[in-house]
Amino acid sequence: MSGKVKKRKSRNGSSFDNLEIFFLHLPTTIWYVIFCYLPMFGIVIAFKNYRVAPGKSFLYSLFVKSKWCGFDNFKFLVNNSIFKTMISNTVVYNIIFIILGIVIPVTLAIMFSQLYSKRFAKVCQTAMFFPHFISWVVVGYFVYAFLATDYGIVNNIAKAFGSEQWRHQWYQDVGFWRVFIVFLNVWKTMGYNMVVYIAAINGIDSELYEAALIDGASKWEQTRYITIPLLRPIISIMFILAVGNIFRSDFGLFYQATRNSPQLTGVTQTIDVYIYKALLENPNINFSSAAALFQSVFGCITIVLANLIVKRIDPEASLF
Amino acid sequence: MKKLTAKSPTLAYTRVKPATNALFIAIFVILSLLCFLPALLVLIVSFSSESSIATVGYSFFPQEWSLDAYKYMFTQGGYIGRAFLNSIFITCVGTFLGLALCSTMGFALSRSNYKFKGFFTWFIFIPMLFNGGLVSSYMINAQVLHMKDTYWALIFPELCSSFYIIIMRTFFKTTVPDAVIESAQIDGASQIRIFVQIVLPISLPVLATIGLFYTFAFWNDWQLAKYYLSSNVQELFPLQYVLISLENNIEFLSRNKQFMHGVVNTIPAETVRMAMVMVAVVPIACSYPFFQKYFVSGLTVGAVKG
Repeated sequence: MSGKVKKRKSRNGSSFDNLEIFFLHLPTTIWYVIFCYLPMFGIVIAFKNYRVAPGKSFLYSLFVKSKWCGFDNFKFLVNNSIFKTMISNTVVYNIIFIILGIVIPVTLAIMFSQLYSKRFAKVCQTAMFFPHFISWVVVGYFVYAFLATDYGIVNNIAKAFGSEQWRHQWYQDVGFWRVFIVFLNVWKTMGYNMVVYIAAINGIDSELYEAALIDGASKWEQTRYITIPLLRPIISIMFILAVGNIFRSDFGLFYQATRNSPQLTGVTQTIDVYIYKALLENPNINFSSAAALFQSVFGCITIVLANLIVKRIDPEASLF
Repeated sequence: MKKLTAKSPTLAYTRVKPATNALFIAIFVILSLLCFLPALLVLIVSFSSESSIATVGYSFFPQEWSLDAYKYMFTQGGYIGRAFLNSIFITCVGTFLGLALCSTMGFALSRSNYKFKGFFTWFIFIPMLFNGGLVSSYMINAQVLHMKDTYWALIFPELCSSFYIIIMRTFFKTTVPDAVIESAQIDGASQIRIFVQIVLPISLPVLATIGLFYTFAFWNDWQLAKYYLSSNVQELFPLQYVLISLENNIEFLSRNKQFMHGVVNTIPAETVRMAMVMVAVVPIACSYPFFQKYFVSGLTVGAVKG
């Protein structure tokens, strides 16, 4: 009798088991409450005219000292000329990154899968994966070794060729960085993305290619009609993830790799860089929090929309 | 590999032409060099002498080699050693705690008969879509939790990731058979015991993968230090943040009175900087080729939606 009861309970999960599992993940739950859910309520800062009450706690300053101001912070932010720059920088760069971040790695992965020598392929993959593992701080130093005004390799090559104006100030050259930022991003993410697509290509059943071969399909046709269609689900997942982050920018790329050069602000001022600067460099909490909330809300909207659209086209490929 | 050779008669027909292959090889050689040469340049610069840099600049072919930068680091660089240890400490503690938090939640969500599974799935999913943003996180971490200028600020804010939890959940679900768990339950094992003694040992591959993600993320992290550390707590600086501080002024080193003893004039400034970059890069560059397969498997697992 008792054995029967026990068995039934173990199948449905007894309340004691539930409690035990709950306590097992309680620390994680607490972490989420403190570091994810509490900041969600912190967005009220964006609707307040934040004033610090000296000697009092943050919560006192926020709820007692600071007055509600509705959407004023957003109004001021949107009317500021800086707003247009940071939105257009973020979105335009991201659109370029998304296109290149799919086209280049997919092309490379297909080429990669065709290489004769697997050993050579492996060495290349390892080398191309390297930039993914280093921080933007280190990348910043790599770039500096090439672009430094006095000692940088680029200027020294120009000097060796007898150029008169060899002391070019690369860190003040806006036009150059406009393109170079794209290059840096491709450089750093190429290997990682390529690995994702290589894994997907390796998962394709080789019988499909054999069948195509019997039907007389050329290598190009095999790629066009087998590889790319079968890569579509993974491409669309990567696409949704990227589009969902269209209002986010890589702070390291835009701030650290450019050495936060004041002359480059026009091309490096993205939403994240602005939020950081307005939070810690020349504090303007009102603008900063408004920009941060703007980013969160629009990021949320874009990821849900992107997923919806992909779901409409191809239900199998959507993320959730 | 064996499988490939066995199949090679068919594969030979499906191959691209040798000329195309040669072209592909050329492209990949160029790309690999592009990814790898900057690191080599910095390595060479760190082994050049100051005078060589003064004449030919940073170069792949310095006029004179020298160990000055490394000698300086080992003799005068107590500060650098401290930063190195800080980085190791943060990486170890962060990786361990991160794995503990993610695996327990992943385990809970993988249990099909856990009563609150639905609730907590949403609970970890919502932060993937929406978050409070940097400003409110910063305010809460710095002003409410008072984590500014502590080690905790460099560990806690990025400790958990819903993405990792989902990877773990999917892995536990697909790898650990329900029958094993049920039989352990019938034998009277507690849930904690099932988790520690059955689920974790079977799941070493996914723990290794996520653990590596964490290790590299914590080792490379500089943003948290930039947000939460002020310049008067230099004894907490991790390596990456010291690199940032050194970026524009090597004198930063000499300001550390408690770590330095005079000798400001003899600092081989240009090369020390690059040598420090190497200290941050070499552990990664030497280790990631060995762990690469775990990364690849992690990426593939991540591609499986759950």
